[in-house]
Amino acid sequence: MTHATSMGLDSRKLAFWTFIGSECLLFGSLISTYLVYKGQSVVGPYPHEILNIPVTSLSTFDLLASSLWMVLALAAVQRGDMKWAKIWLLGVAIGGLIFLGFQVYEFTSFVHEGLTLQRNLFGASFFLLTGTHGAHVAVGVIWMLTLWVQALRGRLGPQNAITVEIAGLYWHFVDVVWIIIFTLVYLLQ
Amino acid sequence: MSNPPSTGLRSWLTTTDHKRIGTLYFWTAFAFFLIGGLEALIIRAQLAQPDGSLVSADTYNQLFTMHGTTMVFLALMPMTAAFFNWIVPLQIGARDVVFPRLNAFSYWVFLLGGLFMNASFLIGAAPDGGWFGYVNLTGPQYSPGLNIDFWVLGLQILGVASLAAGFNFIVTILNLRAPGLTMMRLPVFSWMTLVTQFLVITAFPVITVALVFLLFDRTFGTNFYVPAAGGDPVLWQHLFWIFGHPEVYILILPAMGIVSEVLPTFSRKPLFGYTVVVYSGVLIGFMGWGVWSHHMFSVGLGPIADSFFAAATMLIAIPTGVKIFNWIATLWGGQIRFTTAMKFAVGFIAMFIIGGLSGVSHASPPSDLQQTDTYYVVAHFHYVLFGGTVLGLFAGMYYWIPKMTGRLLSERLGSWHFWLTFIGMNLTFFPMHFIGLLGMPRRIYTYAPELGLGTMNLVSTIGAFVIGLGTLALVINVLWSRRHGEPAGPDPWGGATLEWSIPSPPPPHNFDVIPTVTSRLPRWTTEHPAAPSAPGSAVHVPPGSWWPLVAAAGLPIMASAVVTKLLALVFLGAAVLVFGIYRWAYEPFEV
Amino acid sequence: MRDSATVIFEAPDAVSRLRYWLPVLVLGILACAGDYQQSTLHPASDFAGRLDHLFRGIFWWALGVFVLVEGALLVAIIRFRRRPGGDQPRQVHGHTALEIGWTIAPALILVFIAVPTIRAIFASTGAATPGALRVEVVGHQWWWEFRYPELGITTANELHVPVSRPVALEMQTADVIHSFWVPRLAGKRDVIAGRVNRLAFTADSVGTFLGQCAEYCGESHANMRMRVMVDTDSGFAAWVDRQTAEPPSPDSGSLAFQGRDVFGRSACIGCHMLDGVPVARAQVGPNLSRVGGRATIAGGLFPNDTEHLRRWIANAPAMKPGALMPQMDLAAEDLDAIVAYLQSMK
Repeated sequence: MTHATSMGLDSRKLAFWTFIGSECLLFGSLISTYLVYKGQSVVGPYPHEILNIPVTSLSTFDLLASSLWMVLALAAVQRGDMKWAKIWLLGVAIGGLIFLGFQVYEFTSFVHEGLTLQRNLFGASFFLLTGTHGAHVAVGVIWMLTLWVQALRGRLGPQNAITVEIAGLYWHFVDVVWIIIFTLVYLLQ
Repeated sequence: MSNPPSTGLRSWLTTTDHKRIGTLYFWTAFAFFLIGGLEALIIRAQLAQPDGSLVSADTYNQLFTMHGTTMVFLALMPMTAAFFNWIVPLQIGARDVVFPRLNAFSYWVFLLGGLFMNASFLIGAAPDGGWFGYVNLTGPQYSPGLNIDFWVLGLQILGVASLAAGFNFIVTILNLRAPGLTMMRLPVFSWMTLVTQFLVITAFPVITVALVFLLFDRTFGTNFYVPAAGGDPVLWQHLFWIFGHPEVYILILPAMGIVSEVLPTFSRKPLFGYTVVVYSGVLIGFMGWGVWSHHMFSVGLGPIADSFFAAATMLIAIPTGVKIFNWIATLWGGQIRFTTAMKFAVGFIAMFIIGGLSGVSHASPPSDLQQTDTYYVVAHFHYVLFGGTVLGLFAGMYYWIPKMTGRLLSERLGSWHFWLTFIGMNLTFFPMHFIGLLGMPRRIYTYAPELGLGTMNLVSTIGAFVIGLGTLALVINVLWSRRHGEPAGPDPWGGATLEWSIPSPPPPHNFDVIPTVTSRLPRWTTEHPAAPSAPGSAVHVPPGSWWPLVAAAGLPIMASAVVTKLLALVFLGAAVLVFGIYRWAYEPFEV
Repeated sequence: MRDSATVIFEAPDAVSRLRYWLPVLVLGILACAGDYQQSTLHPASDFAGRLDHLFRGIFWWALGVFVLVEGALLVAIIRFRRRPGGDQPRQVHGHTALEIGWTIAPALILVFIAVPTIRAIFASTGAATPGALRVEVVGHQWWWEFRYPELGITTANELHVPVSRPVALEMQTADVIHSFWVPRLAGKRDVIAGRVNRLAFTADSVGTFLGQCAEYCGESHANMRMRVMVDTDSGFAAWVDRQTAEPPSPDSGSLAFQGRDVFGRSACIGCHMLDGVPVARAQVGPNLSRVGGRATIAGGLFPNDTEHLRRWIANAPAMKPGALMPQMDLAAEDLDAIVAYLQSMK
């Protein structure tokens, strides 16, 4: 943006905040449905039989760590340290990929234990909620890799740190949503 | 970088100019408005007599479903979008919206979504579950055909368009205001646009989720709404109305904004209680979130919930009433000029009062038990959405089309249009109050002669055709005036806001020099500032882009996968979408 | 009809009479003059009366507001039309006291509506009073089933109840959402899968009251009608006796006798129950026991006479779009026999 804005905020950043506001309602609806339908399934498997807290704690930790790397990546871009910027950006993408790997493992083992999308309300609302979140992580990974390629080509620097900042907003938001999901779905069974 | 092409098909397909996009919205919405109106005329012809047999039950059910869906999503919302696009940047002194290509994307997604949904008519399977699509009727067991698939996917696509436009206009209004144009100097139409867009970006995610559940139930065999598996059909109702009630305000607030511009101009007085009108609009936006269950009083949610939602609904009548009082006070003591725009604006107030008052009677749950799902409710919301939104939009057309085309609409034809519409709508919808109270439910393709409602239904049908005549006058007027209308000049009405300070139609860059605003009514309080004479050619105008259109095309391709059962289309559509977005992101494009 | 819920509208007699009649007049001479069988304005039960009374109260307030506000609008647009040579109007921006005033005024009016509303809500929960006649209502695409668990009766589309005795409905659906609505007796209540909803009313006059489904439920939603026959105590008792007596047995050799035979070996028994035909035990379609005594067929759509019954059995979907009863491939004499048999089952 070349000209000054009325709020003194970058327009892309402001737009992104409104997008996050909208996303809150999306996840809010999915989470509410999961909670409303908790205990309504007429056949198993039920959450307590199948949710694996230790494994999911690991993936949660991984996602949290990637948020830290995101902060470091942004800081590196802002100070023009492109070497570390590339490392951290790639790190965030790999962190995301690892999280997705955990999710693929989790989904596969659930299906193996008889919990499918069609099996019961728990399956439907669980897969749709965590799947939607996973899709957000996947978009984030693609975004990070795109930024990383940009950085490799030398097209990223302090002058367009705002693009990294916005990607970071997205990544942190997806992280926060996961913390909520982890708490409500896994910990508070 | 050269200036974008200004004529020819390509110039329209690649345009990112808010004014041209506004024009595209206008004509598309207008076409859908006529289609929705024709559907209404067939409905009324069917109901003119008891035991009507013009159309079959199945056709009738498709017609009322598509009438509602078309009017809400394809006619009224996009017609408000036409005005947002055209007028908001001009009112706030901006050269365009903040994300011009996203704006083009919104339009193309809307157009393709509307075409996708209406394509269902071609295979004789238009949506037939009502605009509210209650499960479990719309689930796979009771609606196995493609009808509901078209509806679900069409709405999903349209939701994307609305959301994208929502982000765009919020940021535009917050961030692109001219110097000195503080929020409390912002024209009320722009204010109401802002509130509307906040409602859009918060309401649409909810229906998106509700529709995804239904899509999964229908396509992948999940059980979200299957009672036998523990699913609850009432969940759909909650999600739908959590979206659906804010949607009502999404439809009415822009019209309130238009009226709040037209009344002061033609009374030659500032809007009475600007601050109160703005805050009551914001308050209506907030409170619109807490009243959804008043659509569900017959569900049996229990006395506590019913009492809560009754009280919340009654409360929302207060800021609405306050707006009406302020509009009347704006007229009071003015020098009223009854141009066609003003007739429609006053008609809006008169009709909206009736719609608001009948609304109070079904804010009361016990009273509503006799009224919900009857023609009384049909009367109520047509007084609000036709008497309110449509008359408001008509006022907007007569007020702003001269700005858009540079030519005035004919006042003579406008007068015919107004009186036919005003008389027609009262003839159509007023008897519906009685028809409902005397026992006729909604959404029935036929009714028994022994109900004794034939005469009143006939009157209503005649009224509908009178509205049709009025609309014909509008069509002729709009088409005729494009060539033959009197030249409007920059400011035909003596308006107070910034859009009247530039030529009609405005140049591509709108303002040669971005104005500095020092008051709420810049053109009334400062002596008309001389137009700065900076040459327009120095102002950079962004080039057009194909990528919004390409990206938008990906969505209906993906949606086609569900109705054709061709999985490959999902991947093809996704590829087109991603390709479009990447080319868009990497396109050199400076605003 | 007066009750505690509406005490707030109590007023001196003349005024209260005016309050009663004015809405009636304004709501249309039509509404009083005609014979409107599904009118919400002509209640015939305590429940419908309570709703009507509440509505009339709201109507009164609304009419007052309507006259005042539309009047102010009219005065404004007539009095302040632009006059030739008129001055620039005074540029008024607002008035704080006025704003506060017209915020509080509607709020006060709403209190007068909210209080009786909330009282009426709690009075209309449908909770059964002791001694009420219990009826289970089941909505089907597109007909109504009525079961009297205490009397062992199951019937369709015609609900028989005694006058002046509380009736408690427990309502469910067999498929999609429907809404039970007999305007002169009761406001709507939806029937929703997975829920049981309740309505209670006491009819205050004898007669036949029309109703129909009020929630869009698919192709023949418009054709999902019903009747409530409110009868005297003795009339109701006689009806109950007829329903619970041994089913009439047709004379051997008669057409009806053949009909019973045809019924028992045709597709009819795939869906219908019929006391008198031991093999007819299915519960998919309406229970046809004593169907000959009903006034209507096909979800209250057609009179129960030979011609309609015959056409209906031969090809139901042709008479009622989407009807789930398929076209029957019956020889003409078999059709006549079944019609004769069903008509004999009174």
